[in-house]
Amino acid sequence: MTFNSKFKTMVGKVHSLETFGAVDGPGIRFVVFLQGCPLRCLYCHNPDTWRVDGGTAMSVAELMEQVKKYQNYFGSEGGVTVTGGEPLWQIDFVIEFFKALKKQKIHTCLDTSGILFQPSAERKFDKLLKYTDLVLLDIKQVNQEKHKFLTGQSNENVLAFAEYLHKKNVPTWIRFVLVPGVTDDLTDVRKLRDFIKTLKNVVRIEVLPYHTMGEKKYAELNLDYRLKGVKAPDAETITLVSQILRGEKQ
Amino acid sequence: MREQWVGFKEGNWTENIDVRDFILKNYTLYLGDEAFLAKPTTATRKLVKMVEELNAQEREKGGVLDADTKIVSTITSHEAGYLDKKLEKIVGLQTDKPFKRALHVFGGIRCSESALSSYGYELDADVKNVFTKYRKTHNQGVFDVYTEEMRKARHVGIITGLPDAYGRGRIIGDYRRVALYGVDRLIEEKKKFLKTQTKDFTADAIRKREEIAEQIRALNDLKTMAQTYGYDISVPAKNAREAVQFLYFGYLGAVKDQNGAAMSLGRNTTFLDIYIERDLRNGTLTEQAAQELVDHFVMKLRLVKFMRTSEYNKLFSGDPTWVTESIGGMSVEGKPLVTKTAFRMLHTLDNLGHAPEPNLTILWAEKLPQNFKNYCAKMSIKTCAIQYENDDLMRPYMGDDYAIACCVSCMRIGKDMQFFGARANLAKCLLYAINGGKDEKTKEQVSPVMTPIKGDYLNYKEVMKQYDKTMDWLVELYVNTLNCIHYMHDKYCYEALEMALHDDDVHRFFATGIAGLSCAVDSLSAIKYAKVKVIRDADGDAVDYEVEGDYPKYGNNDKRVDDIAVDLVDRFMQKVRKHKTYRDAEPTTSILTITSNVVYGKKTGSTPDGRKAGEPLAPGANPMAGRDTNGALASLESVAKINYKNARDGISNTFSIVPASLGKDLDTQVANLCGLLDGYMRSKGHHLNVNVFDRDTLIDAQNHPEKYPSLTIRVSGYAVNFVKLTKEQQDDVIARTIHEKM
Repeated sequence: MTFNSKFKTMVGKVHSLETFGAVDGPGIRFVVFLQGCPLRCLYCHNPDTWRVDGGTAMSVAELMEQVKKYQNYFGSEGGVTVTGGEPLWQIDFVIEFFKALKKQKIHTCLDTSGILFQPSAERKFDKLLKYTDLVLLDIKQVNQEKHKFLTGQSNENVLAFAEYLHKKNVPTWIRFVLVPGVTDDLTDVRKLRDFIKTLKNVVRIEVLPYHTMGEKKYAELNLDYRLKGVKAPDAETITLVSQILRGEKQ
Repeated sequence: MREQWVGFKEGNWTENIDVRDFILKNYTLYLGDEAFLAKPTTATRKLVKMVEELNAQEREKGGVLDADTKIVSTITSHEAGYLDKKLEKIVGLQTDKPFKRALHVFGGIRCSESALSSYGYELDADVKNVFTKYRKTHNQGVFDVYTEEMRKARHVGIITGLPDAYGRGRIIGDYRRVALYGVDRLIEEKKKFLKTQTKDFTADAIRKREEIAEQIRALNDLKTMAQTYGYDISVPAKNAREAVQFLYFGYLGAVKDQNGAAMSLGRNTTFLDIYIERDLRNGTLTEQAAQELVDHFVMKLRLVKFMRTSEYNKLFSGDPTWVTESIGGMSVEGKPLVTKTAFRMLHTLDNLGHAPEPNLTILWAEKLPQNFKNYCAKMSIKTCAIQYENDDLMRPYMGDDYAIACCVSCMRIGKDMQFFGARANLAKCLLYAINGGKDEKTKEQVSPVMTPIKGDYLNYKEVMKQYDKTMDWLVELYVNTLNCIHYMHDKYCYEALEMALHDDDVHRFFATGIAGLSCAVDSLSAIKYAKVKVIRDADGDAVDYEVEGDYPKYGNNDKRVDDIAVDLVDRFMQKVRKHKTYRDAEPTTSILTITSNVVYGKKTGSTPDGRKAGEPLAPGANPMAGRDTNGALASLESVAKINYKNARDGISNTFSIVPASLGKDLDTQVANLCGLLDGYMRSKGHHLNVNVFDRDTLIDAQNHPEKYPSLTIRVSGYAVNFVKLTKEQQDDVIARTIHEKM
């Protein structure tokens, strides 16, 4: 590989690495958690990735060095997933990283909320997508008011990003976190279904049931956990919501 | 061509004893999936119920239901025994009753006595008299020749688990030969040797003649034993049912004759499949009947039991017998050795219920049929009863007709045997290096006096230098101790039947072993990369350590520390190779502890990695529990770095993961487990035990054992019933790293 200067100098802030990711994209994946996120989702199980000033600085070259150690495991489906935090916060870094991965023919997957999408900066996003094989897009709430309550931000950019991905025909998985009392209103779910129906690039819809495993991190970080007492959804609701979103049920 | 062979393709096997040739010329590769498999028959279901009932009774009675105290077990010692004669397609028990444990005395009469007494039985006085006054046993032989130093090293536990008071096991007879050739032909071959070997009567040659004579006697006994069940095994098996039955008789003879620690079965599915295919073609067998044969065979294997001392059970808990059956792999020509019977064998886990035995071992190769890989992974996820070994790594050394004995020890079937050597504790050895050979627990001077390491902080160079010297001493003592053991085992407890099912010119491995690898490695890493302060007692001996600062830990794919692990194994093996071994056996080593890591840990003082005295060591080549924090693959990659060529007896790694971390649905989990195994093997990892479970399940099983009678988990190299482990071992399993990433 010829190293261009960015390969060595472009530095990202990395929260952590997971060598065996089996739930964030297809196959076995090396998962890079980037530091920093503008959202404050109530159920976030990685609040330690929120702050922009944390994390370990790593160059693209250093990350590639790590990825290479696990290439034996990727097979035909697996590869690398970049998540966070919100990876688009370090979009320039992700572009360079994905570029390097594609040079090695490694499958790239971006796990994002889309919150930082800017239609005005489409050229930059075009560049990113050139090196992105798959996007995992979290649509947290289709209802604007509830989205603000849940994440602290409007969902305008999220939905715009979804449409942009559709326009660019980028293979996308839609992920939806099911939280009792927060995202389980079936009217919202159906509305989301109707929105997803308009997107021809969606290859999979995943419902992620809320779990309480993140709670103890809040205590460690001295943060208030606002979903205290909310239980994981029951299996029946999970099935129902999945079926609605996939258009298998009204 | 003999009448029983009609329908088979001829080859070298028709002229000479060559089972491999028979297999390669006749087997039918199966590329499909598991859809063809048949459910258990009514007879199978009834028998399973009977066995479950007996199992429950045995559990209630404290672990042993019935034991022979009078009849010394030999191939022909007992009348025929049955579960239910009318229902059983495959017959034969170790004694005249199911769950009645046989009395094996040739390994050591004192052991037999104490094993019996720990379950409330009394050894018959006559038997005791004969084997104390008139007939020496293996154990007595060993202790006649042990030096004071050997006894000490054994007692303090720097060399542990030695087969000096129990059968060494790990010898796999080629039981297929009984079915393919019939016993008369095998006797004929052995007689040929006695006839032609007429010169050079050295001690070695005479010993060999005596052994071959013993082998012939054992083969004749085997015929007699089969006759008590109404079978004539002097001639070849003529159909599938006979093939399974004859093969099993061969194995049954071995477990009547020996209570070796591991009594492994070999690699039989491809062989048996040839007979099953022939019968299916002839229309004399249906799929259901074929599955029934395999089910009943496996049920018998699950009934194999030995009487063992409580000391032994502490080391190797859960009543293991290591009836290891190797499945799959590729031929040297590159064709997978996968047949429908490989599937049928795995399917017994569904038909008979989950169980730890037989020890189902998949010889994994990258080019195995994907359908077979998927089925293995599926059954693994469902049962936690399967282990995987790297056929692509072993095949270049072993060819394509080898099998695994015990957990990870490979041997060419009927061509290689091994002298099982348990293990030396390298973590404890490091403490000896620091304390000048004085035991940190008993305060005895065990090695010759060396200057202890002085000062408040440990210096890496100094420690390494002294460690190397201490290891020199340990290895020499260890090899000599094993030489004593195997000399006496051959003399007083020779495995005549198992060896009769080998070629005359057998190749021998000298299988040493290492315990405490990751603890020693992390300790050295702590000394090198952090600061390790020595805590001394009033005598000035180092008894504890304080680690100041952090250090790279084995299990995180970090070269700085992984290199130390690689070096230790290489170093140990190089030292072993320097010594003269009994019968010029080829030295090898394994990194395997089975469940004994708990007991070895108890016998090891505090170590410089921060581990406190008495805490368990990690099993096999595993990183220390909870220290592999960079995810599952980083942990696997660290272990995969150890040079297989310097640990040819196997590198055991136990991997546990929660189902949700393996993928969101079963299909994904199966695909990911296959991918993980492919990757590990591509990285030249040797062995992997796979557990897919939640920690909560284990904790619940510990508290409510009655709810989990068949909860099976893989520990280092074998599977056990979780509820049969001691409390301490259960705690150790629960505390181990279970990869969990949501």
